[in-house]
Amino acid sequence: MRKKRVSEWLQQTIFVGPGFLFFTVIVLIPFVLGFYYSFTDWNGLDMDKAQWTGMDNLRKIFTNDEKFWDSLWFTLKFTVITVIATNVLAFLLALVLARPLKSRKILRTVFFMPNVIGGIFLGFIWQFIFTKGFYTVGEKTGFSFFELPWLGTPQTAFWGLIIVFVWQTAGYMMVIYIAAFAGLPKDLIEAAKIDGAGYGQLLRSILVPMVMPAITICLFLTISSAFKMFDLNLTLTKGGPGTSTQSLAYNIYTEALINNKYGLGTAKAMLFFFAVSLITVTQVWLTKRKEVEA
Amino acid sequence: MEKEEKYGGSTFVMEIVAIILGLLFLVPFYFVAINSLKTLGEILVDAASFPSEVIWANYSKAWEVIKFPKALFNSVSIVIVSVSLIVVVSTMTAYRFVRRATLFNKILFSMLIASMIIPFQSIMLQLVRITSLLELRGNFYGVVACYIGFGLALSTFLFHGFIKTVPLEIEEAAVVDGCSPLGVFWKIVFPLLKPIIITVVILNTLWIWNDYLLPVLVIGSNKDLTTLPLAITRLFGQYTKQWDLALAALAVSITPILIFFLFLQKHIVEGITAGSVKG
Repeated sequence: MRKKRVSEWLQQTIFVGPGFLFFTVIVLIPFVLGFYYSFTDWNGLDMDKAQWTGMDNLRKIFTNDEKFWDSLWFTLKFTVITVIATNVLAFLLALVLARPLKSRKILRTVFFMPNVIGGIFLGFIWQFIFTKGFYTVGEKTGFSFFELPWLGTPQTAFWGLIIVFVWQTAGYMMVIYIAAFAGLPKDLIEAAKIDGAGYGQLLRSILVPMVMPAITICLFLTISSAFKMFDLNLTLTKGGPGTSTQSLAYNIYTEALINNKYGLGTAKAMLFFFAVSLITVTQVWLTKRKEVEA
Repeated sequence: MEKEEKYGGSTFVMEIVAIILGLLFLVPFYFVAINSLKTLGEILVDAASFPSEVIWANYSKAWEVIKFPKALFNSVSIVIVSVSLIVVVSTMTAYRFVRRATLFNKILFSMLIASMIIPFQSIMLQLVRITSLLELRGNFYGVVACYIGFGLALSTFLFHGFIKTVPLEIEEAAVVDGCSPLGVFWKIVFPLLKPIIITVVILNTLWIWNDYLLPVLVIGSNKDLTTLPLAITRLFGQYTKQWDLALAALAVSITPILIFFLFLQKHIVEGITAGSVKG
């Protein structure tokens, strides 16, 4: 009996120990420490010199940090537009690729391809396209749309980020929608067609409700990646012109790593955590309720 | 869904529209490819046409400026070591969680799942501090340790879901034959996990390969460990507006992952679907 207990304990340590150790040191401890540092004037260097400043950081954020609230507003607008645009495009692409097109395999590859390249690279590539490529296209075709100073004004830079994000993410969501369509019972669709359901009706009453689990997933994935956008922001607009396209993640980064206000940065990062949790949990709860049993 | 459907007129129209859209999706790659072979002067005059004279020298210069072989080696080795260890650590954790669902293990598993919602930004600053204290900062194993820590939750979750479907009888037979618990796991269970291991490997490879913020913070000033995303960012910091050089550098840096994708795309697409449907 005793031997068995020792063996159980040993197995638990061998199997779970390593994972538990990495998780605790890399994720858990830093996360918990974050709550403490949010209330200090930590400068990033000396942990022991971080003075407890109580509510100072929060007071500063809530009363005297316009840029933070601007970046929150920017991030919310960006998230709403990209989430809708990405999912509508992805859904349509999946519907089209569900038909027996001759080029469907290669098209699936093409639409998915931007996704395997990181935001850092894509930001630089599109920086070139917006500043040089579009300009040449505008000169040649005469469309003034292309000759806009794309990264030069707050409005166009905002839309520039949206274009790149949608281009990058739509293919990924498309793949998930394609898988969901493939899993639909064929007889149900046939029955609806025989009953005289039009395409719009088919879409509204059967396709959308039946792929609701996929919609839940895709909304979750796009909302969390749009709300946490950083890489693209860093390399496409650098938050500019000025700080007009600064996302929340980018604002936190500059506060801590450029201004060296780690305490304040941590406080923002913790608020960021609460915002992300609130938004994604609400979304999953809302869309889960709409899921039907197949 | 509608496979038996005939290839009619409306399908043809859709095919044309889809192909045009597909070409539009490829335009950015076209711009990078043609302009990486031009002189800077020609890029500035006309960024849309083919090069009048092909300048391969852009590539040899870019290759040296970003120290491509070194950066590629760093990226590849960080990915290989991190992903292998993530697979080893998380399969073992998940296996134990399924087979011994004690209260302690259940709590641990829930904590792991819940942690997936924490954005990297809420951890990164404290992580810089912790990794410095443990002397993990600026060294290879420090970066790997961070990836194991952050990769663990999703991977364990995916393995957990899969192991639940592995019948216990196979293991019981092996135990009767005198196999040790570790032996049962490695010889019997681990080989059965192959499909889900492919998914986990792909998801983690794409993430780690393209990751920027974690290596920037954890590698710090150690230039010997520069990965491809770091190398390209440094180049843009030094040579602003030198598009001939920059585009050639971008082209070589995105080539490895594009090759990876084109060769393994069937697995990648399946892996991503499996990963997100369960995730």
